[in-house]
Amino acid sequence: MTGDLDFEIVGHTLPYLITGLQYTVQLTLIAALGGILFGTLLAMARLSSMKPLAMLAAGYVNLMRSIPLLLVIFWFYFLLPVIIQSVMGWERPPQIGADRSAYITFIMFEAAYFCEIMRAGIQSIAKGQVGAANALGLNYWQSMRLIVLPQAFRNMLPVLLTQTIILFQDVSLVSLLNVTDFVGAAVKVAQRDSRVVEMYAFVAVVYFVICYCLSILVKQLQQRIAIIR
Amino acid sequence: MIEINNISKWYGKFQVLTHCTSKVDKGEVVVVCGPSGSGKSTLIKCVNGLEPFQAGEIIVDGISVGAKQTDLPKLRARIGMVFQNFELFPHLSIMENLTLAQIKVLGRSKEEATAKGMKLLERVGLAEQAPKFPGQLSGGQQQRVAIARALAMDPIAMLFDEPTSALDPEMINEVLDVMVELAKEGMTMMVVTHEMGFARKVAHRVIFMDKGEIVEDAAKEDFFGKPRSERAAHFLSKILNH
Repeated sequence: MTGDLDFEIVGHTLPYLITGLQYTVQLTLIAALGGILFGTLLAMARLSSMKPLAMLAAGYVNLMRSIPLLLVIFWFYFLLPVIIQSVMGWERPPQIGADRSAYITFIMFEAAYFCEIMRAGIQSIAKGQVGAANALGLNYWQSMRLIVLPQAFRNMLPVLLTQTIILFQDVSLVSLLNVTDFVGAAVKVAQRDSRVVEMYAFVAVVYFVICYCLSILVKQLQQRIAIIR
Repeated sequence: MIEINNISKWYGKFQVLTHCTSKVDKGEVVVVCGPSGSGKSTLIKCVNGLEPFQAGEIIVDGISVGAKQTDLPKLRARIGMVFQNFELFPHLSIMENLTLAQIKVLGRSKEEATAKGMKLLERVGLAEQAPKFPGQLSGGQQQRVAIARALAMDPIAMLFDEPTSALDPEMINEVLDVMVELAKEGMTMMVVTHEMGFARKVAHRVIFMDKGEIVEDAAKEDFFGKPRSERAAHFLSKILNH
């Protein structure tokens, strides 16, 4: 790497970088959807009147939120196959693969954060709403699905999206598993062609533009929801 | 229709209901009154199991509310309830508020539920509000929608928990008018309210509660004519003076 910068490298490798970005976006969206789904179930468990269930969910959430994400990624990738092997008594550890491991890790990890957001959302719905739903004969699942969760989700939408923007950035850590996400693609090009400064600068700018634009959209959405309410 | 036998309820160590016994016959209108904190809202919420109770028994149409084997959602679907704060579902349109439980609980078709909803909205004079959302309606209108929502389930009895307490004074009558009409049609009603005018007009019996106890349970004429207990007389003198 020398002092003179050559940004033409970005143009040459753009299709490759875009493939990486696509992977990043895809992983973000699937992890967000899976995380919100699993997180909502966790939130319902945490608020459940069944004590053991509530404690189990709380334990899971606190565990995930107390461990650095990088460590969780390594745990799922390196240690989980070995644990499954010894538990199941198999001869060889199962081949989960970096790709699948990344999806599982991010869904499991993000669920803990989405759980806390949805928990706050569910608690923000007045108790009377549940009372009214129950008085009409709706059972627990129906009143959750039809009355409480839609309102909780709407109230929490800006926070859920903000968390998803954070997730979009965090996904870059999968490049450490040699997965070709956006950062992973850039790192590979940077190392192959010795264009570290150019590639890292380009990636940073792209991340900044995307995340900044999204955060402005979230802010506008927040104001609109505030008006509706 | 509704039998309340010796109900007691505690919040932790604090007893909110003490040996409450009463009943509401078919077609009867019973008004429950008493100072705030007397347990009247808690009592009415016990009737459809929204509040659990620790001792005693409530029988609604032959079914024990507190029994473990009772299918509470099914029983509740047959008892209409109207709340102090309306509790319409703010994310659903007025029509959806009326049709949701009809479709999900009673299994009616959307057309059937909508037709029923429209008929009831017309009855409470709000047909043109059907596509709007609860937030766009006044308090009085919202409470009339809430009554229509409960009626859409073809209930065998209606419970009202202070239906006019959260309303601005000029909106109270539009809600009471609907309730009076309902009472005159022979609906079985249990109504927690301070509206003594309503009680005088349509109630058959008045229950007076204080400190978690049913102090007086008397025919309307007797209650307003000559309350037997000092506490009830004191309460009446306070709220009837205005």
